[in-house]
Amino acid sequence: MSMADSPASPLAVRLTDIHKSFGLVQANRGASLEVASGEIHALVGENGAGKSTLMRVLSGMYSPDSGTMEVLGRDVTGWSTAQAINAGVGMVHQHFMLVPTLTVAENVVLGRELTKHGQLDRARAEREVTELSRATGLAVRADAKVADLSVGEAQRVEILKTLYRGAKILILDEPTAVLSPPEINELWQVLRQMRARGDTIVLITHKLDEVIEISDTITVMRHGHTITRLRTADTTPSEVARAMVGRDVQLAANYVNAPSPSAAASHLPPVAPLLAVRDLVVDDARRLTAVNGVSFSVAPGEILGIAGVEGNGQTELLEALAGLRAVRSGRIEIAHRDATSLSVKARGDAGLSHIPEDRHVRGLILDYSVAENLILGQQHRFTRGVRLDHDKVLANAQRAIAAYDIRPADPLLAARALSGGNQQKVVIAREMARSFQVLLAAQPTRGVDVGAIEFIHARLREARNAGKAILLVSADLSEILALSDRIAVMYEGKIVTILPRRDASKEVLGPFMTGVVAEDAA
Amino acid sequence: MTLPAAEHPPATSLIAPPVVRSSRRAELEEAILPGIVALLVAAIVGDVLILSFGQNPGTVYRLLIEGTWGNAYGLGQVLYKATTLTFTGLAVAVGLRAGLFNIGAEGQLAAGGFAAALIGMILPPGLPSLLTLPVYFVAAALGGGIVGGIPGVLKARFGAHEVITTIMFNFVVLALLNYLTAAHFRVEATLHTPEIHAGALPRLSNYAAAFHGSAANVVIVLAVVVAWATWWYLFRTRRGFELRATGLQAPAAEYGGVNVPGVWWRAMALSGALAGIGGLNYVLGYKHYYEEAFASGYGYLGIAVAIVGRNNPIGVVIAALLFATISQGGLAVNAVVPKQMVDVLQAVVIIAVAASVPEVRRMLRRGR
Repeated sequence: MSMADSPASPLAVRLTDIHKSFGLVQANRGASLEVASGEIHALVGENGAGKSTLMRVLSGMYSPDSGTMEVLGRDVTGWSTAQAINAGVGMVHQHFMLVPTLTVAENVVLGRELTKHGQLDRARAEREVTELSRATGLAVRADAKVADLSVGEAQRVEILKTLYRGAKILILDEPTAVLSPPEINELWQVLRQMRARGDTIVLITHKLDEVIEISDTITVMRHGHTITRLRTADTTPSEVARAMVGRDVQLAANYVNAPSPSAAASHLPPVAPLLAVRDLVVDDARRLTAVNGVSFSVAPGEILGIAGVEGNGQTELLEALAGLRAVRSGRIEIAHRDATSLSVKARGDAGLSHIPEDRHVRGLILDYSVAENLILGQQHRFTRGVRLDHDKVLANAQRAIAAYDIRPADPLLAARALSGGNQQKVVIAREMARSFQVLLAAQPTRGVDVGAIEFIHARLREARNAGKAILLVSADLSEILALSDRIAVMYEGKIVTILPRRDASKEVLGPFMTGVVAEDAA
Repeated sequence: MTLPAAEHPPATSLIAPPVVRSSRRAELEEAILPGIVALLVAAIVGDVLILSFGQNPGTVYRLLIEGTWGNAYGLGQVLYKATTLTFTGLAVAVGLRAGLFNIGAEGQLAAGGFAAALIGMILPPGLPSLLTLPVYFVAAALGGGIVGGIPGVLKARFGAHEVITTIMFNFVVLALLNYLTAAHFRVEATLHTPEIHAGALPRLSNYAAAFHGSAANVVIVLAVVVAWATWWYLFRTRRGFELRATGLQAPAAEYGGVNVPGVWWRAMALSGALAGIGGLNYVLGYKHYYEEAFASGYGYLGIAVAIVGRNNPIGVVIAALLFATISQGGLAVNAVVPKQMVDVLQAVVIIAVAASVPEVRRMLRRGR
């Protein structure tokens, strides 16, 4: 464990030999962290490495079992959240904690309301929040309702909230997980501005390109330990990845798909597509048109990637394809069968497999065991009479756990108890194990660490090479570019272009994603 | 298939210790401890109440135990009440497992009893119980099942909230049954239907004279069997798997190919049927006729039974015994403290269980 180059500037945070256990799980096993004042410090590691736990210790949510904590030279071991906030340490959580029916200003002042004659001084709250918003570059309208904000704006409100409470040391937990590329760039600008004002930022992430782009210093954690501390300028993504995983990994960004067997044989007569969508129109929950006349097809042995900023109809498109959302008009064919009005189960029987975009909402039943989750959607195949065949369910789980290295290797553990990466492996293992011809893969590696991403990508390629048709939807452009044979861009419910992989790049796709270019507008 | 992270197995063994056994133990602790804590809290509050009436808690509790589990009659009354409460508790529990709050067990219980009483008027006397019991069983289940199933269909079809519709159905059904009884089916000068002669079930006092006068009857056996069957359905069958999945996370169940509205109406019909079968306890086992208000209170108390029993059929049976004991004990101690004190105790048990579930969980977590 090398603690390279000690920083010259005074330390904002010094955590030494922190231990923290939850029951039998040792989340932190002697973790250390040194953050200099006025720097952007990236805390990286795989899921379950103990990053979030360490930061919750720092922000006072957890008290460490042992170890010492210093903030700006003061011993603060085991302080409370209130003490942390008063000392200027604030944490922005991955999942927003905002009241959607209140305005931005009301949310920001919540808990510290300004009152005039016993009433909330709304005008002053709005004034102060507007001022703060201007000073920090966190652009958001103070009088807007939080429910009407985009995800990026909601996150700005979260940061404003923390700053309003006087945070000088800001901890951000996976802030970009929910943001589109332009929103990420805006966030970086805000963070740089804050750094320029002398604030200290600790950024929890596992996206390497972000780490390299924004941070000054990197601390890598693995299995609850601090592995190394690196100066960003002196390192490379591969070196950071190696430290995170403990071995060399194939980074998605460096990978270009080998031509698919079917694409290589393009001089042969074209094969009938396994997934065909024609003029599909789908409404969203508010009955507004979300998918507006979309047509495409996916051939056997092909991955069609759908790029696009989130919220441009991808979710509704996938739900319609999976049978979870009614279609207003158009036609869906799965494995040469009209599936437009088939039930979820019937589509499964027709050869559809589906990795849903949100494992916590649809992909898993969090209170069910890993074994039970591994049969979700195929429960009728694991029966003996009316009973569920427990032995078969368990044998299936043992197989999947071994093949996908799901940890802990306990089929009876509730899915809730698994780390995000392992939860996703449960979903992938289940959907890959069923007999399918068409796979819908939505955000297959969201919130998943580098090692697991490599593994999941390998499974997707395997399926493609075995002749399956895969529709990949991802907010992560590098993922789309790494896996797809053809790339479609969705913007405002329409597919604005479909390009072969060799013609696509971040630079080419960017303008389509933001609606600047609309090739197929006619 | 190569395992991507298999190169460092030692770390694995540290991070992933064998969790199975300890989590089983924790589950058991979590299942039992809240009840014990709740009883302790109730006992303390009971002490204060009894003292405030100038009585000795020891004396009152002794009276309560003697009047319930201490003699055959008291025990018989406890078992009788626990039988009906088991059925209504199961009804509410099945609903909650599917994510539905069935407040209509009261009306469903009455409808089940009424249906059985009507069948009893038709069946020729002298038929053996072995033949008639299935008929009564189906009739009571249908009676309650229809009353529960309609709100289920309204929910599945139109999204009508089951809390509202089941409350409304209580009023509608009870009023309708009272009207039917009073206008068409009652015995002259009474408020009940004619006595059943075909296959009425014997009371326990037929087997053990000590139970003489108590309402306990062989329907208690049915309650235990149905509780077990409910447990089996919920935790062992595919339908049960889908029902619980819907209750825990409806979007994930839908993704898993479960017909969620279908689960809703089936669960409500099953819930109503369970409550309806409870009507047999009074109509077929105890009085052998349907009488207005026999179901009174049992449906609502079934909610408490389900919650204290943690929606687990086995827990429901235990909770039903607990509430039956408190209810019967109230009569036993009436001479020294007001019977209403026992109602207060009952409420304290419910509040304490509701509060102690998360608190006990937190204590267990801290202890580790």
